[in-house]
Amino acid sequence: MSSVFVAFFMTLLLTFSVAQAQMVKVDGSSTVFPLTEAVAEEFQKADPKIRVTVGISGTGGGFKKFCRGDSDIQNASRPIEESEIQACKKSGIRFLELPVAFDAIAIVVHPSNPFAKDITVEELKKAWEPSAQGQIKKWNQIRSSWPDAPVAFFGAGSDSGTFDYFTEAINGKSKSSRGDYTASEDDNTLVMGVSREKNALGYIPLHYFEENSAKLKAIPVIYKGKKQTPSKESVISGHYAPLSRPLFIYISEKSLKRAEVKKFAEFFIQKSKSLAEEIQMIPLPESTYDVVQKNLTQEKWGTVFKGHSQVGMKIEELLLKEKN
Amino acid sequence: MGTRQSRGWVEKIFETWFAACAYLSIAVTAGIVLTLVWESWPFFQQVGLVEFLFEKEWTPLFSDAKFGIQPLLLGTLMTTLIACAVAVPLGILIAATLSEFMSSRMRQVIKPVIELLAGIPSVIFGYFALIVVTPFLQKWIPSLPGFSLLAAGLTMSFMILPLIVSLSEDALQAVPSSLREASQALGGTVWETTWKVILPSASSGIISACILGVSRAIGETMVVAIAAGQQPHWTLDPTEPAATMTAFMVQVALGDLPHGSLGYQTVFVVGLTLLLMTLAFNFLALQFRSRIRKSF
Amino acid sequence: METSTSRRKLFNQLMKILGLLGLGLSLVILLTLIFDLIIRGGSRIDFNFLTSFPSRRPSEAGLLSAWVGTLFVMLITAVMTILVGVSAAIYLEEYAKPGPMSRLIELNILNLSAMPSILYGLLALGIFVHQFRLGASLLTAGLTLSLLVLPIVIVSSREALRALPPNLKEASFALGATRFQTLIYYQLPSSLSGIMTGVILALSRAIGETAPLITIGALTYIAFLPKSIMDPFTVLPIQLFNWLSRPQPAFHVNAAAAGVILLLLTLSLNLLAIYIRIRVRKSVKW
Repeated sequence: MSSVFVAFFMTLLLTFSVAQAQMVKVDGSSTVFPLTEAVAEEFQKADPKIRVTVGISGTGGGFKKFCRGDSDIQNASRPIEESEIQACKKSGIRFLELPVAFDAIAIVVHPSNPFAKDITVEELKKAWEPSAQGQIKKWNQIRSSWPDAPVAFFGAGSDSGTFDYFTEAINGKSKSSRGDYTASEDDNTLVMGVSREKNALGYIPLHYFEENSAKLKAIPVIYKGKKQTPSKESVISGHYAPLSRPLFIYISEKSLKRAEVKKFAEFFIQKSKSLAEEIQMIPLPESTYDVVQKNLTQEKWGTVFKGHSQVGMKIEELLLKEKN
Repeated sequence: MGTRQSRGWVEKIFETWFAACAYLSIAVTAGIVLTLVWESWPFFQQVGLVEFLFEKEWTPLFSDAKFGIQPLLLGTLMTTLIACAVAVPLGILIAATLSEFMSSRMRQVIKPVIELLAGIPSVIFGYFALIVVTPFLQKWIPSLPGFSLLAAGLTMSFMILPLIVSLSEDALQAVPSSLREASQALGGTVWETTWKVILPSASSGIISACILGVSRAIGETMVVAIAAGQQPHWTLDPTEPAATMTAFMVQVALGDLPHGSLGYQTVFVVGLTLLLMTLAFNFLALQFRSRIRKSF
Repeated sequence: METSTSRRKLFNQLMKILGLLGLGLSLVILLTLIFDLIIRGGSRIDFNFLTSFPSRRPSEAGLLSAWVGTLFVMLITAVMTILVGVSAAIYLEEYAKPGPMSRLIELNILNLSAMPSILYGLLALGIFVHQFRLGASLLTAGLTLSLLVLPIVIVSSREALRALPPNLKEASFALGATRFQTLIYYQLPSSLSGIMTGVILALSRAIGETAPLITIGALTYIAFLPKSIMDPFTVLPIQLFNWLSRPQPAFHVNAAAAGVILLLLTLSLNLLAIYIRIRVRKSVKW
C-alpha cells in the first residue's frame, strides 16, 4: 500500500516540474472561435506535438486575460480598446494586430415570423439603447405597423466584441445597451434561442447565421435609405453597413518568441482564406493576407486603430490601413 | 519494529494526520462561507442591501446596471416549486406503496433500481429537458418557447423523485412493525394503517426527505442552465424562459472573471444567497431528522 | 367504523393500484428517457468516436480528450479521497472523543453532503485557481471533486469500520499491539471492501459533475491529451454540455452518444458497488 503512495507522490513531484511545454493558449471572441478552432484542428493534425487550447471568454474577457499575460493569442471581433492598450502597456505586453477575416452582424428572427421583413438602423437603436430597458417590450413599439406582441431579445453578452461593436454602431457608444435580454458570449446559445422562439429578435455574427440558415431568418437592414441584405457579396462590396467589421487575432511579443506560437500564427494566416470560406466566414482578399503576413514577419507592433472600432469599415479601407 | 519510543513518534504523526483530515470538513465549510462572504463584501458596500433585495431587475454586467436578486430568486423558486409539486406527492405515494404494499423481496429488487436512477448525472437530465421534454410539452402547449421554466422544472421533478422515494421509504421502514401489526389487528386495512398510523409516525423522516429534495432542486445547475433560459426575467409564468441563480453563476463563469471586478463579485453574491438558502433548508431537515430519534 | 368492510377493502385495493401505477409510470418515464438517449446516441458510438478529438465537424468529432480527461481526474479524485476520507473516518471512529468538537465535525460532514455542487466550484475558483494559482488544471479538478465527494467516502468508511466486531480488536490489544498497529494490520484490511464501496460510489457521483468544473474554467476546446497534472483538460459531462449547446442537430447526436457513455460508466460503478456490498454481506461470517 505504502509503495503506491510513494509512487504517486513521486509522479506528482515529477509532473509538477514538467510545466506546460509546447502549448499555445488562445482565448477571446466567440465570433472568431470557429475560425480559430478550425485552424487549431488542422494545425494539430499537421503537428501533434504542439497543443492548442481555445477558450471563449468573449473579446472583453479575453483581452483582460491577454493583457495579464494569461493567454498567448487573443481572438477579437473588434480592435483593441484604449483601456486595454493601457492595461497591456502597464503589464509590459507589446502585441501584434493581425486581421484574419471579415464578418458582419446579422439581425435575425424566427423563420416563421411573418411580419418582420426588414428593420431600420433607427429602429434597432430604439430597441436596443439603454433607455429601452423595461420600456420597449413589444413589436409595435419598435415599428407601429408590427403586431402588439412581446419581443424576446437575444444578443451578445457584455464581454463580447460583437456586443461592443453592435452597441457602438447602433447606439453610438460602445457597451451602451439595454440589459434585459438573453445575453450570451456564446453565439451558439443565441442561435438556439432565436430558432426556438417565435417572437425572437436577435443579433449574431453573420457566419453563425450562414451555418444555421435553415433555422433562422436574417432580415435586411435599412441604412441611409438603402435596404441591405446581409451576404458575403454585400459585405465585400461594402454595401452592408454599418454592421460589417474585420476580425482580428492579437499576439503578445513574449509569446511570439516561442517557436510553437510563431508556427501557429504563420499557419493561421496561411490557412485563414480557405478555412474561413469553409465555415462561411468572409476571407480577406489575397493581397491583404500578404500584407498581414509581412506585418507578422516584420513584427509590426501596435494597433492601427486608435483604441476603438471604425464603424462601417470597408475591406479595401482595412488593406490601406494595414499597409501603412 | 523499532523501540517503543520511535513507534510512538510515528503513531503521533499519523494521529495528527487523521485528525487534520477530520477537521478538514470544518475547514471546507468555513472556506465556502468565508470565500463567499469575502468576495461579496465589496459588492454590498457598493450596492446596498436594499437595492439587492427590492430591485426587480438583474442586469449587473451592463452600463445601466441593476442589481435586484428577485428575478433570479423567482426563477429558482419557480423551478423548485414545479419540481416539488410533482415529486413530493408522487414520491411519498411510491414510497408508501413500496414500504407497505410490496413484499420485501420486491423491495430488494426495486430499491437498487431506484438508487441507480438517483445516480444519473444531472447533465443527462439537462439533455432530456432540452431534447425530449421541451418538444413533448410543445405538442400540448404550442406557444411554449424553446427554453422554459416548466420544461426545466418538470425534468427536475424526475431527477429528485428517486431521492425522495429512497429517503421516505427508509423513514417508513424505520417505523416499528408492532405499530403496523397492532393497527391491522384492530381491523385496519393496509391503506388505513398507512394513512392513519405509519405516515404520521414517519412524518419527521418524510418531511426531512422532502426538504432535502427541495434543497437539491434549489442547488441544481445543469438542467436549468441548459433548458430554462439565460435571461434573468421577473415572471410568475412557468411557460416563460428565465434564469435561476445557479444558471446565472454558470453563465458568468463561461465568460472571464477577472479578480475583483463587479462582475466577478456578483457570482459570489448570488452564491452566498444560494448558500444561505441551502443552509436554512439543511438545518430544517436536520431538525426533523432529530425528531425521529426522539419519538422512538 | 361505520363504513362497510367491503368498501374499505375496495378503497384499499384502489390505493394500492394507484401507488403501483405511480411507481410503474415513473419507472416507465425514466426508462423511456434512457432508451431514447440510447437510441439517439448509441449508433454514433464507434471506434472512431472514442478515439477522435473534438472537431468543428460533428461527424469527425470524438470523445478522446474527454474520456481520458475523465480517467485522469477520477484517478486524482480517488487517491485524494482515499488519503483524506479514510483518514477522517479513522479519526472519527477510533480516536475522537465524543463531545462538542466531534459533533461539530459530523454536522459539517452532513451539511457538506447536501451542498449545491456549484458552491464547491466557487470555493475552488477563489482558493485553488486564484490563491494557489493552479489554474484550470487536472489538479484543480481533482481537488475540487475530492472535496465534493469526501462526505460519501467518510460515511461509508465509518460504517465499514463500525461493522467490524469489537472482540477481534480487543484480542489484538490483548496481544500487545498498539492502536495504530491494530488499525494497519487488522481494521483497514478487513473493512477494505466497505471502504472501496464508498470510494466507488464517490467516483460515480464525481464522474457526472459538470457545474463546479465549468466554474473553474474547464470549458475550452481541448484537442490533445493532458501530459501533466497541471495541464488543461476536459471531461465527459463538459463535452456533452458543449455539444448540446451547439445548434447543429448532428452535435446533439454526439451529445446523446456522450450521454450513453457517461451513463454506462456511472451505472457500471454503481453496479460494482452494489455487487461488492452483496458479496460482503454473504461472505462475512464473524
